[in-house]
Amino acid sequence: MQMIKEEFDAIVIGAGMSGNAAAYTMASDGLKVLQLERGEYPGSKNVQGAIMYANMLEKIVPDFRDDAPLERHLVEQRLWVMDETSHTGIHYRSDDFNEVKPNRYTIIRAQFDKWFSRRVRGAGATVLCETTVTELVRDAKGKVIGVRTDRAGGAIYADVVVLAEGVCGLLGTRGGLRKMLKPEAVALAVKEMHFLPEEVIEQRFGVKGSEGCVIEAVGTISNGMAGLGFLYTNKESISLGIGCLVSDFAAKMESPYALLDALKNHPSIRPLIAGSEVKEYAAHLIPEGGYKAIPQLFGDGWVVVGDAAQLNNAVHREGSNLAMTSGRIAAEAIIQVKRRNDPMTKRNLALYKTMLDKSFVVKDLRKYKDMPALLHTNARNFFTTYPRLMSQAAQNFMRVDGTPKIEKEKATTAAFIKARSRLGLVSDAIRLALAWR
Amino acid sequence: MHIVVSIKQVPDSAQIRVHPVTNTIMRQGVPTIINPYDLFALEEALRLRDAYGGEVTVLTMGPPMAEDCLRKALGYGADRAVLLTDRYFAGSDTLATSFALSQAIAKIGEMFGPPDVVFTGKQTIDGDTAQVGPGIAKRLDLFQLTYVAKIASIDLAAREITVERRCEGGTQKLKSRLPCLITMLEGTNEMRRGSIEDALCAARSRIVKWSAAEAGIEDLTKCGLRGSPTVVKRVFAPTPRSQKAVQIDTAEKTLRDLADELIGAIFTRQPALEPELAFEAA
Repeated sequence: MQMIKEEFDAIVIGAGMSGNAAAYTMASDGLKVLQLERGEYPGSKNVQGAIMYANMLEKIVPDFRDDAPLERHLVEQRLWVMDETSHTGIHYRSDDFNEVKPNRYTIIRAQFDKWFSRRVRGAGATVLCETTVTELVRDAKGKVIGVRTDRAGGAIYADVVVLAEGVCGLLGTRGGLRKMLKPEAVALAVKEMHFLPEEVIEQRFGVKGSEGCVIEAVGTISNGMAGLGFLYTNKESISLGIGCLVSDFAAKMESPYALLDALKNHPSIRPLIAGSEVKEYAAHLIPEGGYKAIPQLFGDGWVVVGDAAQLNNAVHREGSNLAMTSGRIAAEAIIQVKRRNDPMTKRNLALYKTMLDKSFVVKDLRKYKDMPALLHTNARNFFTTYPRLMSQAAQNFMRVDGTPKIEKEKATTAAFIKARSRLGLVSDAIRLALAWR
Repeated sequence: MHIVVSIKQVPDSAQIRVHPVTNTIMRQGVPTIINPYDLFALEEALRLRDAYGGEVTVLTMGPPMAEDCLRKALGYGADRAVLLTDRYFAGSDTLATSFALSQAIAKIGEMFGPPDVVFTGKQTIDGDTAQVGPGIAKRLDLFQLTYVAKIASIDLAAREITVERRCEGGTQKLKSRLPCLITMLEGTNEMRRGSIEDALCAARSRIVKWSAAEAGIEDLTKCGLRGSPTVVKRVFAPTPRSQKAVQIDTAEKTLRDLADELIGAIFTRQPALEPELAFEAA
């Protein structure tokens, strides 16, 4: 068998958020890094809503605002609870978000990831696209010492392999590093890009310049399944999508595009996208298992980061920042081990987990460890019954029709009790509070 | 042997659209690719190198971003890449392009050894003229073999090459002396997937970048817009025709059956004809 004689300090598999963060951090420190990406270019396979959190990227690329392709900085967040004909919402908008260094941006991943990859190459890493890693290479003791790809020419060797292969994590599961993904621990999200002129977006959402607005919605739009709809404003387009658990899709025999079509035709959404041209659609899986789904994160000669490590905060809809941060922390751990001239063994790489546990990544996920189970077992109540009741209550309150107010309030209370019983209401409230705590 | 392959970065025409109002080509956001016809030339060059040894140099003229297509060519296994880029080349038609490329090929010959074969694709998918290859051959005084479907044999000692050339009504078998220029026909081979070593080399190789002066071009009046007598007067999208030709299967049918079917098909399309013809026949 032919082999590449050259050896690398680290091989990073995947050029998404976590892979780029890891490759950039290690290459910037002078490590000899090879990054392998199966897509035609970095970002060609990557799908996200997408909102990018500045703080976490700043820790990796402090001057990213100089040249990163950012769409809009967010000044307004709308959280909606929807039933078939209405939405009840909390809107938060603040001029405080118009700061010199804004906190959150909408981005288009295909462009953003290309930029990030240019920075990775600029830092000195070698990046190969259209190269799929097919197998981890191990030595006699089982330590991962390199990878084999779908290109001819044999294995490539490195001291450590960073698996940033994304949510499906086929390589790691095939290599026996972790279990196969379970349908109940992963959501399928579909989205469309609706193109509209800049001034139309500004008018419809009451924003100007690079200001942006996002809507995130739950309710009957997910047809009784645990799910979330979203609408993000970009410069000249709107990302509109919805995601639900794969196990729910399977049990209901529901098709994702039918949900998206229904969302597009919802009376609260339809006017926002009217007259747009759809130029792109995409679908992707999102890890939803939370803290309890996090697999073994390190081993002899390997670490796993980002979606492949199931690091996604479903409650706060944060994924890419956990991915970036885990990539950076894994890289920093590897740099420390390397500096001490220690081998990349399981024992030494445990440093990555220690560092990650101390970060917001694991702390946040631990906080919501019971949330996935609660929402998934009670999907119908939380995503259909309560949204309908909330809409009824709001309408009872708003509509002026001569009914005495006391009777209206009684009707509202009765509707809640009829739908869920007193015990059910109290138990849902307590369980939600416990899961949130 | 030394082989030079001249390639072009073009917009992926499968993803291009014409603006419905202004009738101009909407290039924004359209990905670029190596001109698909050039891939057959490049693969043939790589096969010759693998069989007879030597080097393959890829050459392109274009804006700095044309580097992407050269890097891709290196990833397929080319040994060297030269990018001819200068604002003097902007707006070149086929005359100016073949001038600049022939000068660059002469310079490549000086620096890296004279080429035995120069390859180009049959034509590009954006210009569709098929003029640049022959233009280069003429200027460099190379024998030219156009629309080549197959390289039958090559004899380096005798400096001879035999090829099959597709032409109207059949195939010509042609023998030529080296050096020569070959424009390669599509569908003649399949582009390989570069090995991991090729990919590593491509990611790290330095691409040779030449301005007009560095390529040894002295007469700038022959370059770019100034050296281009061609004028594009208008670009327009032809109105699509909705009608399609009807195809009739001829296998295992008598002539009478075919005729009946044909007439039947005509009458279905043009019902007005039927009574007239029936009347005349009667």
